Amino acid sequence: MLLLILKRIGLGLITLFIVSLITFVGVEVLPGDACTTYLEREAYGAALDACIKRLGLDIPAYERYLDWASNVVRGDFGYSLSGEMPINEVLGPRVKNSLVLASVSILIGIPLAIVLGIITALWRDKLPDIMISTITIFSMTIPEFISATLLILIVAIWLGWLPGIVIIPSDATFYELLSNIILPVVAISMIMTAHMARMVRSSVIQVMASDYVQMAILKGVPYWKMVFRHVLPNALLPAINVVALTIAWLLGGVVVTEVVFNYPGLGRLVIESISNRDLPVVQALAIILASIYVGINLIADLMTLMLNPRLKSLQIRK
Amino acid sequence: MSEIIESVKNLSIGFNSQKGKQISILRNVSTNIKKGETVGIVGESGSGKSTLALAMMGYIKQGLFPLKGQCLFKSEDLLKMSSRQLEKIRGRKIAMIPQNAGQALTPNLKIGYQIDEALRLHTDLNKTERDKKISELLNKVRLPSPETMAFRYPHELSGGQQQRVAVAMALAGKPDLLLLDEPTTGLDVTTQAHVLELLRFIAKDTGTSMIYVSHDLGAIAQVSDRIVVMYAGEIVLEGPARKILKEPIHPYTYGLLKSIPKLSLAGLPASMPGSQPQPGSINEGCSFYDRCNLATDHCKKNSPDLEHIKELDTNVRCFNHKELINQNNNLQTSITKKSNNSEAIEVLKLKDVSISYAKQKFFDQLFNKISDQNPTVKDINIDIKKGETIALVGESGSGKSTILKSIAGLLKTKDGQIKFENDRILSSDLKMRNPNDLRAIQLIFQNPDESLNPNHTVEQILSQPLKLYFNLSGEELKKNIIDLLKKVRLGEFYMSRYPRQLSGGEKQRVAVARAFAAKPDIILCDEVTSALDVSVQAAVLNLLQQLKEDLGTTYVFVSHDLAVVRAISDRVAVLYQGRLCEIGPSQNVYKFPSHPYTEVLLGAVLEPDPDIKPKLVAEDIVEEKPPEKGCSFQGRCPRKIGDICNLEVPPWQIGENGNAIRCHINIDELASLQQ
Amino acid sequence: MESNLITEDKQKNKLEKALEILKTMASKPSGLIGLTIVLFHVILALISPYIAPYDYKAISPNTMLLAPSAEHWFGTDSLGRDVFTRTILGGRTALTVTFFGSLIALLWGGLLGIFCGLVGGKIDDVVMRVVDAFLSIPWILAMLLIVSLLGTSTEVLIPALGFFYGKGIVRVARAATHDVIAKDFIVSARARGHSNMSIIWNEIIPNVRDAILVEGAMRWSWMLLGFSSLSFLGFGVSPPTPDWGLMISNARGLMSFAYWSVIAPIVGLSSLIIGINLTADAFAKALGIDRSTKAPV
Repeated sequence: MLLLILKRIGLGLITLFIVSLITFVGVEVLPGDACTTYLEREAYGAALDACIKRLGLDIPAYERYLDWASNVVRGDFGYSLSGEMPINEVLGPRVKNSLVLASVSILIGIPLAIVLGIITALWRDKLPDIMISTITIFSMTIPEFISATLLILIVAIWLGWLPGIVIIPSDATFYELLSNIILPVVAISMIMTAHMARMVRSSVIQVMASDYVQMAILKGVPYWKMVFRHVLPNALLPAINVVALTIAWLLGGVVVTEVVFNYPGLGRLVIESISNRDLPVVQALAIILASIYVGINLIADLMTLMLNPRLKSLQIRK
Repeated sequence: MSEIIESVKNLSIGFNSQKGKQISILRNVSTNIKKGETVGIVGESGSGKSTLALAMMGYIKQGLFPLKGQCLFKSEDLLKMSSRQLEKIRGRKIAMIPQNAGQALTPNLKIGYQIDEALRLHTDLNKTERDKKISELLNKVRLPSPETMAFRYPHELSGGQQQRVAVAMALAGKPDLLLLDEPTTGLDVTTQAHVLELLRFIAKDTGTSMIYVSHDLGAIAQVSDRIVVMYAGEIVLEGPARKILKEPIHPYTYGLLKSIPKLSLAGLPASMPGSQPQPGSINEGCSFYDRCNLATDHCKKNSPDLEHIKELDTNVRCFNHKELINQNNNLQTSITKKSNNSEAIEVLKLKDVSISYAKQKFFDQLFNKISDQNPTVKDINIDIKKGETIALVGESGSGKSTILKSIAGLLKTKDGQIKFENDRILSSDLKMRNPNDLRAIQLIFQNPDESLNPNHTVEQILSQPLKLYFNLSGEELKKNIIDLLKKVRLGEFYMSRYPRQLSGGEKQRVAVARAFAAKPDIILCDEVTSALDVSVQAAVLNLLQQLKEDLGTTYVFVSHDLAVVRAISDRVAVLYQGRLCEIGPSQNVYKFPSHPYTEVLLGAVLEPDPDIKPKLVAEDIVEEKPPEKGCSFQGRCPRKIGDICNLEVPPWQIGENGNAIRCHINIDELASLQQ
Repeated sequence: MESNLITEDKQKNKLEKALEILKTMASKPSGLIGLTIVLFHVILALISPYIAPYDYKAISPNTMLLAPSAEHWFGTDSLGRDVFTRTILGGRTALTVTFFGSLIALLWGGLLGIFCGLVGGKIDDVVMRVVDAFLSIPWILAMLLIVSLLGTSTEVLIPALGFFYGKGIVRVARAATHDVIAKDFIVSARARGHSNMSIIWNEIIPNVRDAILVEGAMRWSWMLLGFSSLSFLGFGVSPPTPDWGLMISNARGLMSFAYWSVIAPIVGLSSLIIGINLTADAFAKALGIDRSTKAPV
């Protein structure tokens, strides 16, 4: 059991190592280096020299990679060209803001998805299923920037209930923060919930068709008891991994949503750093976002390991 | 007479086809279950027997719905009850023992909880009483150490144990009626006999009525008082078990009984032509018309009703049943097969073959050797003569298929050699074998659904070996394919069909044709008939025998079914845990003296005859690994004589008739013990 | 002559099979709606240059931000361009780029996946690690970086999108191959001594084709989503080429008083994505593949 956990963690670390190689090599291979890219037409003379010195571009690539990698491991991501300050300082508030947005969305999204998934599965092909499933298809297929734009148009502009653009002063009260993030949260959790609800639905349907559920019915187990004791534990277990993958995948969509709402999180930093051609920041973001992806999947793996009776009994025997 | 518990009246169940047509899979079924009696419902796959059984619990599978009729349990119609009402009946009045307990037990709940759940729902016992009851029940179904068993998860148990748990769960509510849906299918021969024995004991002990659904007349014969035979959704024959089995007066049942291979009979069983019609394909006339040798024009147009025959106390659905009365002595006949020339040369030799599934360690990989002191298969020595059929027999885990795979080159051997024709060593690596050797050895698999590419037509399937080995194309290729199809009794029009458009028997014929396309010297048959219905099995066995007699092919025939082996093979090798126990001419292996394991296997065979009861001489323990020292059968042997069995590998003893047995007990002594 | 007949027969068989699938897809309302929408968009993309009432890039200060009227059905945008013209033209680039992008994704992802599934072992391990690593980098970050450094021409966009959307197909193709190679008909072909290439071509591809095609159809809708997100962020098609993503982005700031200029492209893009999605779903169902349990990676 412990070995299994260590193995999963090891695999995650290998993935991150490959990611660091990819981002580093990618930046090397693409035309121009960090300095010429950033300075563009001003890439000559003293400014260029200063920049090269600043980033240490004058030493060989593999040494630079080792330097950079060892710094990253120690939690130092380097220097932001556009912000003219250490990247860590740029990242700090952004990470916090994104974390608030993501966790609120997940906290709302997961329970909602489970409930909707179960409802649609149990009332399969009946009215509640048809209605919810149609809405899910719409909300999972329509791009984030469209749903976000429509939300702003309807809720903020036509109805005037909430601010359309997020402005978070550093000393914002909880209430101010809340009213500001409602729309972004709705936009993100809508699509996330739709994806997850669909998965929960088909997982529940699969389990409902299993021999052991038929057996439970024939044993005389009352319907809801059967659903809670025999169906859900077995249906939700395999869904954990898929849900994790979905959440991780939706990180990309968060970028767009943050731009639409002008929300100062990691997503907007992605756009800003790319618009500013600030390659060191882009590299840092790639590593951070990849770590989040790997981390979420790792948590899901571990949860499945803990909850699966097959593996649980393995642990007891050992 | 005694009171009727449940009665089915004119029940029809069906579904709506994609074209909107109503198709019934149960037609006008009526039957009664009396208190304390065990009724066997027998039929091949698709006969509607399971649908009928489930309907008797008021359960209709999704997509199906009752068209008409009733299922009266104590004069209340189960099909009209609300789910609330049904919850009160299911598990308490009628309980179910499912086919595959491994899948019917909820994986996330412990055994104890699942039994406790039934107790909580259907009894008024308090917690301590229930706990006591759980170990009582586990004891009753003869599970080892009931105290710890309750805390195990289903997946930690063997197949036989899971089935026993399912029985315990069904007994928890003290039902008046037990429904058993193929409760022993998929279990090993010895386990199956033990579970049946348990069920019989429970029927006697509790006086519960039972409905036993199965495709296996052998199992049905052991438990039933009365038998209902189903065909294409109808009851075709119904009556007392003994009458049905000894004097079957419906041509289907008659043919079915004749097509079952029997231990007591050498030679091949007679086969029935064709296969069961698909639901919805019969519009008029008798559903058995196509396959019946008594059929007249009258049968084509008119469908017979169930008719009561007073002197036999039997209901039969056939116009011409009188022709079958008093034909029963004909049941004990079989087709004799031409025996092979015993002076033939040896074509394949297995010498000291050992096979291991253990992964190679890094260092051993460097030196390309497998270090496993206790390999899955060990020390196999078999010489196979040209034109003979040699059978490898054993339960799951006996290594019989493993040996087959390594002959085919699909699995590397650890030690020993496989020699082909004139002592030429065959490489254990498939890629190293020359094309002619590859052609000479062909495989036929158990399940034709998996062994035929679902995206290829029969023509494409058969052209693969012809193109590969003989470079045929165009007209010649087509001619060869038609010839092959003719050989396996399939018409030319099958060429454009896909496997999914064929019945199970037809698919297996195509697989046979594919093997013969290579003009092989040896064909390896891996449980080739066990996925088929009984009536189709006999036809495939006869086909294989015919082809062999015509073409002089050698068969290595792997099977778990001793009766099938008896029918087809010239020589039999019995395997336990990857070690040979006994080998000899098939008539000798089925006679005593036998290796104690052969004795156990023979004792567990279920014959479709109520007078032949299985003899249970050993425990049905599942051993996961062969023992490291001594006799492979030491763990279960009923005739174990002491430490010598644990420590020393038993010697081969050869009887006068050429039968070789590997046992520490002297062969003559063994003979007198087994008399 | 004879063999000719056989091949003809086969072709007929394939055509019949395709028609059969189309029929099954159209037999459910959702599939029918999806097919209709996709067909409508494809036809529109083909004929729109000939039916467009105005020049899509003609700027005119006199007609700025006009509300919908008889002359300008969908109104005009902030530069006075006709929104109807730009909307019916706005799907052309997206459709072409994503169609070819999906094809590339399908090809390299499918082949690599089948290869990995078949050979297994160390090669498979290494390839899957790398694919996992690429999956863990958000596609949008990688795409934005490539586009910002290499430009937004279709020569860059198509291969880049094809690459980033193909890595998910690798996984699907590999899993499908794994399911198939355990089957006895592959064992049988191996035992007969067929070469690896012949096994891939004759036995594996026909059996994983459906799963990969369905995946490809699904990727198409996600790629469309991704592509328009890029346009929306200003990293896709360059102005003045009409593109829905770009149009939404431009009109968004003015939507408090000129909502029409944002509604028309939204309807265009959403309907196409939903259409492709419904079609892909119906396609999967017609082929008997359940893909709702899979994550969108």
